[in-house]
Amino acid sequence: MIEYLQFLGQEVYKIFFLLIPILVSVAMIVWLDRRVWGLVQKRKGPNVVGPFGLFQTLADALKYIFKEIIIPASANKTVFILAPIVTMTLALVAWAVIPMSEDLVLSDINVGVLYLFAVSSLGVYGIIMGGWASNSKYPFLGAIRSAAQMVSYEVSIGIIIINVLLCVGSLNLKDIVIAQKELWYVVPLFPMFVIFFISALAETNRPPFDLPEAEAELVAGYQTEYSGMMYAMFWLGEYANILLMCAMGSILFLGGWLPIINIYPLNIVPSPIWMILKILFLFLLFALVKAIVPRYRYDQLMRLGWKVFLPFSLVYLVLTASFLFYFDKLPKGNF
Amino acid sequence: MIVHSIFFYFFSIIAIFSSLMVITSRSTINSVFFLILDFISVGCLFIMVGAEFLGMILLIVYVGAVAVLFLFVVMMLNVAEQKQSWFIGKKSTHIPTGLIVSVLILLELLVVVGGWKYKEDVMSSSTLVLSNISNTHQLGLVMYTDYILYFQLAGVVLLLAMIGAILLTFRERVGVKKQSYLNQISRSPSTAIELREVKSNEGVKIDD
Repeated sequence: MIEYLQFLGQEVYKIFFLLIPILVSVAMIVWLDRRVWGLVQKRKGPNVVGPFGLFQTLADALKYIFKEIIIPASANKTVFILAPIVTMTLALVAWAVIPMSEDLVLSDINVGVLYLFAVSSLGVYGIIMGGWASNSKYPFLGAIRSAAQMVSYEVSIGIIIINVLLCVGSLNLKDIVIAQKELWYVVPLFPMFVIFFISALAETNRPPFDLPEAEAELVAGYQTEYSGMMYAMFWLGEYANILLMCAMGSILFLGGWLPIINIYPLNIVPSPIWMILKILFLFLLFALVKAIVPRYRYDQLMRLGWKVFLPFSLVYLVLTASFLFYFDKLPKGNF
Repeated sequence: MIVHSIFFYFFSIIAIFSSLMVITSRSTINSVFFLILDFISVGCLFIMVGAEFLGMILLIVYVGAVAVLFLFVVMMLNVAEQKQSWFIGKKSTHIPTGLIVSVLILLELLVVVGGWKYKEDVMSSSTLVLSNISNTHQLGLVMYTDYILYFQLAGVVLLLAMIGAILLTFRERVGVKKQSYLNQISRSPSTAIELREVKSNEGVKIDD
């Protein structure tokens, strides 16, 4: 029994040391996002609290903690409280399978990609629950929009993932990274990388696809009735999801922890640093898109997802499969 | 092994409890939420017995897509909470229909399970489990070789269901203006704006 307790303690310790860096980096990433946004608009952005304004997010979080949590009288209390918890938990739980280096991963499971896909498809529940439980029209409309949007773009993300899996021949995230030792998949699958990036924007409700919270139409969408710490949890969960999508993009297309080229000064840099640099690069793209691109109209968004991305990625899937088959490059697997 | 069985009982108790709640809960929304909880705990059970691919697919397909649509429908219908439980209420019109359907399903299950026959070389194909090939590879090896016909047929059936649903809900409305994205995007100031000189005290006639 003591062995089990020791084992359990070790696991808890590991989880703790995974979660703390993620939460800190979420706080930093919020700062970076606002900073980039400010620079694009020729403002300074948050620069007062701490050096370069780095502690701005912490100050904001502190403010949210001490604010009153208001629960509307006509809301469904249980679901209302559950919704931000679900969002935050799902955003953090997915990090268990993200490999930061060859052996720095919490749980190295065989179906890592499927796990990531499953958890990110569950993310829609937090939003639906929040929107419905508020018992008010704007949150509900926002929730419906966001659910339709996330379900639609998951389809094309799924097909893009299949594209990568065809080249790798394994669902394990480590295998996917190791298979890119020769050539990152961003080169042969470049169109898929672009579509993945845009779908990730839609999946995380980022501008230009932030229709669920289009402030001109829906006040603040599904978060309208939320206040205090519960709002902050939605907000942090959203950013944790964005980081997750960046990590997914860098594992699937940018070679995860691998250096750009395997030569002397580059390959002594520790692998987690490469991974972090790639995640940051993708996040900078996210932040720039937010600052530059105007918002889509809802029907345009749906059209883009179903009539452009889905057929295109299907055709590309057939193309990839035929190419691999014709040149006899299909991965043989370990049997 | 103790931890394993603790987790097994944990997930199976949640599964049984939530499936009971699905049919006894008064509010339909809660029923759907319990259904989702049921799916998740059954998925966890799948993963515990080593069928990780099945467990994940259950999560992706049922929880990530099907249950979301369920939730959509239930929220849109806005079914009021039933004040009386269905077996005490005066209008128990659901009972006969429900009974007929459930008896039919029971009979079908009996026929299917009674006439169950294992494939002849089932033992030889189940030995695959013992080798160290991953779960997904094993499924693929069986599904795309021995059962390719059934697999493809299932796909065709699903496609038919999809086409049927589209056909049922599709209706062409007359008098609705359609948007052409190509025209919208390719508009330029030279074709969209016309400059007129307007004399004072006289309007300008716009014809289009």
